[in-house]
Amino acid sequence: MKVRLVDIAHARSGDKGDTANVGVIALKAEWYPLLAEQLTLDRVRRHFTGVITGDVERFELPNLHALNFLLHGALDGGGTLSLKTDAQGKVFSTAMLRMMLDVPDARARELALPAAPTRA
Amino acid sequence: MSARQNDPDRIVRVASGQGFWGDWLDAPRRQVEGGPVDYLMLDYLAEVTMSILQKQKERDPAMGYARDFIGAMESVLPAVTDRGVKVIANAGGVNPVACARAVLDVARARGAAGKVKVGVVTGDDLLPRLDELLDSGHPLTNMETGEALSTVRDRVLSANAYIGSTPIVEALARGANVVVTGRSTDTALTMAPLRHEFGWGATEWDKLAAGIIAGHIIECGAQCSGGNCLYEWRTIPDLANIGYPIVEARADGSFVVTKHPHTGGRINVPSVSEQLVYEMGDPHSYITPDVVADFTSIRLAADGPDRVRVFGIGGRPATDKLKVSIAYRAGFKAVGTLVYAWPDALEKARLADRVLRERLDTMGLEFDQLLTEFVGVSATHGPLAETTGEAQEVQLRVGVRSPDRKAVERFTREIAPLVLNGPPTVTGFAGGRPKVEEIVAYWPALVDKRVVQTSVEVLS
Repeated sequence: MKVRLVDIAHARSGDKGDTANVGVIALKAEWYPLLAEQLTLDRVRRHFTGVITGDVERFELPNLHALNFLLHGALDGGGTLSLKTDAQGKVFSTAMLRMMLDVPDARARELALPAAPTRA
Repeated sequence: MSARQNDPDRIVRVASGQGFWGDWLDAPRRQVEGGPVDYLMLDYLAEVTMSILQKQKERDPAMGYARDFIGAMESVLPAVTDRGVKVIANAGGVNPVACARAVLDVARARGAAGKVKVGVVTGDDLLPRLDELLDSGHPLTNMETGEALSTVRDRVLSANAYIGSTPIVEALARGANVVVTGRSTDTALTMAPLRHEFGWGATEWDKLAAGIIAGHIIECGAQCSGGNCLYEWRTIPDLANIGYPIVEARADGSFVVTKHPHTGGRINVPSVSEQLVYEMGDPHSYITPDVVADFTSIRLAADGPDRVRVFGIGGRPATDKLKVSIAYRAGFKAVGTLVYAWPDALEKARLADRVLRERLDTMGLEFDQLLTEFVGVSATHGPLAETTGEAQEVQLRVGVRSPDRKAVERFTREIAPLVLNGPPTVTGFAGGRPKVEEIVAYWPALVDKRVVQTSVEVLS
């Protein structure tokens, strides 16, 4: 089943120099293990291909049902150097939440995940 | 340690009244008038603020601090003098002593001269010592790029060590009811009063870490109490009267995050979680001058409406380094915009961008960076943005960056002509020519703790 990350997680992002961080938090505690499985380093690297110039780091915070990602080379130099509208990485949060996940049907039913709306 | 400091039922309330310089002017007063608080914490300094203040001080030696703080002090003065609320702020910028004198001037003008004692923390300013430090084997290497500071030495505007809670605790112990610092860490402003009130020692790592995390949660003001909160944002009540956060701390290091009754916004586990992950690096090691806090140890629990209990926090010994924030001149930039309307708004904006680039190219202008964004289409999410459906209007936004001021200036003259000699249905140029801005960039470095000596003065 297709599941939109935006339907099962919330997020906040910020900056540290030319690095944006995105914290992704499961909307329900029982969805956190699925997030941790799905949001692998490779998956997130692929998602941000062409958006950032550096590598990605990944950290787990099971206590907050959250994952933290550092996206290096995300902000055109960052801070005052950056020419970007989002020079401080404030809205990388929802850029991350655009991700579409593929979840086996049985697992999706067991976790009562909301299915992605189908395009008309 | 006194019995009062150890009392497990005693609660100390630290209220956040300002999350950055430019935050809501009403918030400090609302925090001291809306209910009981013991301390008001005001955070004014962002990474580049120090360099702006340094420029102001160069023009006028009596300036160089966050002027907003003086207005905030006026608005909370009765609470300070009559109800014993203490104020801690890093508003001192590059001139904490002048800031403290301005606070005393306000107190005098309001007939409260004897009732205000201002503790001033200095020693964070490394600018006068920069060459001495470089010469004595402190290279102040850029933490991000690995470059030596010598490459930009002649362009440095300010250099300040991030200092911890200890000098603030000292100022409070010496009877200050207002403490003004320069570049202290944002979190120290919350942690210091807790150390002072509960007598936490400099090696009680778990408690110090709890103080840091309390500080992290409230240092961005309303960003933990319903502001900028993605979780169920449509239902967050009364943002117009949003309540700024308050930490209710206990001696054991546990605390509750809450806000005054009859205020808007919302404090729940998701709102606090969002703030906890804000600007987070490696969650195992949140490094501060006082302690290394472990964000993977934090436990959160709902504790009634608009109350979240935070507990279980662990910390490790601090490192022997302090972070240094250095600002240096890094060239010039300008950003120009034009708005294209339906139909085919994006196509027109793209054509205008091509025309502009060809003209810049023909003139032989060179830029370190030339960045085009299509606001309304892909400015914030780039290639991740969905481009289905026709945009009703698109803002073309072009920015340039160069060490050559003349090149940037020439660029600013190339936007307006497009209104008459470029693609059609264009508007939005009422603001005039884009401004050329000098870039003051941020250079993060580390320095040995032992070379930074802070000192505390109490003025009255």
